[in-house]
Amino acid sequence: MDDLPDKKAKKRKSKQSSSNSGLSRRDFLKITGASAAAPLVAGAAAIAIEPPQAAIQGPGKVPITLTINGKKNNAQLEPRVTLLDALRDQFELTGAKRVCDRGTCGACTVLLDGKAVYSCSVLAIDAQNKPITTVEGLGQPGHLHPVQQAFVDNDAQQCGFCTPGFVVACKAFLDQHPHPTLEEIKHGLSGNLCRCGTYAGIRLAVMQAAKAGKGA
Amino acid sequence: MADDNSKYAWPAESKRAFIGKRISRVDGPEKVSGAAKYTYDLHRPGMLYGKVVRSPYAHAKVVSVDTSAAEKIPGVVAVHVILDAGSEIQWAGDDVVVVAAVDEQTATDALRAIKVEYQPLPHYVDDFTEPKDVPESSGPLMMRDIGTMLENQVPDPQIIQTVQQRGIGFKVSDGLVGRLRDNKVSEDVIKTLQSATFKEPQPPTSPFRKETDAVRGEPDDAFKQSDVISEGVYGCPVITHCCMESHGSISEWTDDDHLFARVSTQNVSGLAGQFHDALKIPEKNVHVHQDHVGGGFGSKFQIDRWGIYTAQVSKKAGGKPVRYMLERAAELELAGCRPSIFAHVKVGAKKDGTLLAWESHSWGTGGPGPAGPPPMPYVVNIPNQRKGHVSIATNIGPARAWRAPNHPQGCLVTLGAIDDLAAKLNMDPLDLILKNIQLTAPQNDQFHRADTYRDELLKAADLIGWKQKWHPRGQGTGPVKQGLGLAIHTWGGRGHESNCQLTIHPDGSVDIRMGSQDLGTGTRTCIIIVAADTLGIPMNQIDLKIGDSDYPADGGSGGSTTIGGVSSSTRRAAVDALSVLFDKIAPSLNAQAGDLEAVNETIRVKSDPSRSISWKAACAKLGTQPIQALGKNPGPGDLISSGVGGAIMADVSVDMDTGVVKMNKMVCVQDCGLIINMKTAESQCYGAMIMGIASTLYEEKIMDNNTGRMLNPNMDFYRLAGIGDIPELVVHMMTGPGYDERGPIGLGEPPTVGPAAAIANAVANAIGVRVPFLPITPDRVLAALSVFQANQGGSHASV
Repeated sequence: MDDLPDKKAKKRKSKQSSSNSGLSRRDFLKITGASAAAPLVAGAAAIAIEPPQAAIQGPGKVPITLTINGKKNNAQLEPRVTLLDALRDQFELTGAKRVCDRGTCGACTVLLDGKAVYSCSVLAIDAQNKPITTVEGLGQPGHLHPVQQAFVDNDAQQCGFCTPGFVVACKAFLDQHPHPTLEEIKHGLSGNLCRCGTYAGIRLAVMQAAKAGKGA
Repeated sequence: MADDNSKYAWPAESKRAFIGKRISRVDGPEKVSGAAKYTYDLHRPGMLYGKVVRSPYAHAKVVSVDTSAAEKIPGVVAVHVILDAGSEIQWAGDDVVVVAAVDEQTATDALRAIKVEYQPLPHYVDDFTEPKDVPESSGPLMMRDIGTMLENQVPDPQIIQTVQQRGIGFKVSDGLVGRLRDNKVSEDVIKTLQSATFKEPQPPTSPFRKETDAVRGEPDDAFKQSDVISEGVYGCPVITHCCMESHGSISEWTDDDHLFARVSTQNVSGLAGQFHDALKIPEKNVHVHQDHVGGGFGSKFQIDRWGIYTAQVSKKAGGKPVRYMLERAAELELAGCRPSIFAHVKVGAKKDGTLLAWESHSWGTGGPGPAGPPPMPYVVNIPNQRKGHVSIATNIGPARAWRAPNHPQGCLVTLGAIDDLAAKLNMDPLDLILKNIQLTAPQNDQFHRADTYRDELLKAADLIGWKQKWHPRGQGTGPVKQGLGLAIHTWGGRGHESNCQLTIHPDGSVDIRMGSQDLGTGTRTCIIIVAADTLGIPMNQIDLKIGDSDYPADGGSGGSTTIGGVSSSTRRAAVDALSVLFDKIAPSLNAQAGDLEAVNETIRVKSDPSRSISWKAACAKLGTQPIQALGKNPGPGDLISSGVGGAIMADVSVDMDTGVVKMNKMVCVQDCGLIINMKTAESQCYGAMIMGIASTLYEEKIMDNNTGRMLNPNMDFYRLAGIGDIPELVVHMMTGPGYDERGPIGLGEPPTVGPAAAIANAVANAIGVRVPFLPITPDRVLAALSVFQANQGGSHASV
């Protein structure tokens, strides 16, 4: 790989540019680490990583507004707080669960701007100005969303801790694939994990919800 | 009539309104909408957040702990040292200091400010290498060893035998006996401990402890008489429970002497005693509550060290509520550990497949204490046996009961060895098991176990197409080879002690209170089904509350004991309450109470249904006086039994170039007596097969010999099965005459046992050689194949 001529050229080029700026990559990291707020009028590499016009937030609490299930919610949060922790600890929306806490299991899945995201891997501060839908917003007992009803009908749950994340992921999946094949289901829902072993029920639930034609 | 226990008997099939039907779980709508609240979801007023400093060393002494800087951080409310200077740490991740702060971020900052100095000590985490130079005497058992056996649900006779063989190195004080009773340890075990020989404990000179050395029949002669002897190695590593909701609790002190704990637990009624033992407060002052639990699988019976220090740090914080749930890494490192098994096995048989002799030399670890040898040979009770088992004391963390403790391990080894023998005999393993089916009959076989296994195997074979698809080992064609494998399994599952308080109100409503818990098995739904069926009213007319220590005590949900317990106590409560109602209204129907029945929201005369009164009108006759009944299990009438079987068959494809195993289909045929809810019963079997696929193909707690730490304490690298890994699954429950009259028997454990053996056997059938150890990863498949191809004609390989 290293022998490919264009890669080599690129490597040389980047070396040149950093020596032109008078900063090695190591020096750059030192500077940003010591004082992230210090203005950097260095080489192109530095500007690409940290644009000087970026607004600095925190580290203390800052006002954050989130539009959740059609309602605006305000809170004072440190910028390091994830969307998941904001939903659960600030707004008492505990349907999204914290399980792996690093973007693997999908138990924290919510819709951000209509797309399924792992809310443990999105900062609350970055989720502002976009509509957020949690499992609570899809439906509640007495008026369940067809996907939720399909989960009940097909016993697609045991302990139920992964279930809300799965329900939201299924809703987003059906929005994209209103008439899914079994292979598409296996692929499209591979971002969520269950420990009790409810996948057989979940497959049936997705099929039922798709048939109802109300997946979206 | 009051003395007639037959009134409690389960209704005949034609009389069942709900029992045995396919009914959606009652808490489904709450669970799918996020309305169901788990311990992890609760916010108490003024709640603080806990975080814990954990040991980076697998074995170490704490030299010093300095928390002064952390205590000065604004927002840190309390700091509690769990392990003082001088304490010895036995596994990595052990809990050293807990901090309670106003939010998680502050608590996390506080951890960084705490300085703990350790003196690392040598650790041992290798359970794979076969033990050599095992000391003849293992020294006396310490209390920790007893605790490990109890936690892993080692059967009482086995614990008693071990205690009698090895003696004990600790004093059995009255306080200890009290604690054992609080933890529902059987009187037989307690008596054995009290009369056990005391031996001076000695510092262990070796991590190896000889546990069993047993001979049954005449193994040497039997091997001589055998026409064919098959030898092989088999095994599976330690795996971890990986509950989706990690272990943890919220503790608060309502006054100086009263604790309110919300715990993620399988054992709501049993925790107050554990708090009493650790905190020295009266049991009655401890209130435990839980609505939903996000998985347990055997790992959540104890309050655990974290439950105790959460209460302690709450007290230091002036009694304020503190929530501490284990971080994911701690959950995987500490809070789940199924013991490993590795074994050399030799099996001998006649040419016609008659099994004669078994010899096994096995080893494995349950962490620091012994986890007990798995039952081997499993289910197929080969008449002549020689067995030896060595348990390895390791620093990998303590064993916890995992669905059907020790059975999956015993099944994997036994059914694997029998499968290899069948291959050597050029026999279909199904034929070989059927030929030896009488060996599956337990002593005092009142339920025709051998016949049931035969029926289950034939049914499973039919459902998977065994006769059409099976081929001799390794005879498949093409670069992707298909194979079939089978296993059979067993479990006890007798219902535990249970109390059901049922009230019929004058307005016709019914409420039930029980200190049980619903692990997601459908316990709530089953309780309501039994009550509604008995009272002849709709399920939604019953208000059920469980999960609180103020309600009548119930057993912990483990060992598949819940369904038998709660269904029997509920049946008795409902029958008794209904009898009182019948007595009240019989005169108005001009009938005897014994001639009445409750059907379809009506109470009527059996012989003349036109003489009837509606449920509501009947209850209105109670005036202001509700009827309350307390049903118990055990109690009058014999409503339950014990001992089930089941068969698992697996159909796999293996890519001979990449070593990737793909599941094609899996079948579970299972008996469990009378089924209360067919829908949730089937879900148990589906779930068991899926868990089995994960533990067979993916799961392993990988320990690093150098650091003594788990290398994959996260869900990226501790792999569970995903939806795409799951093939077509078929479940068939054995029901009807011969099964129903046995009453409900637990189902959580048995179907989890067979999948590993069935899949491993299917892989061997596909590729022509045994992959000896789980998980059956592509590299292990390729290694087994390369050894096999190097010794053309060999029958097993080791990697």
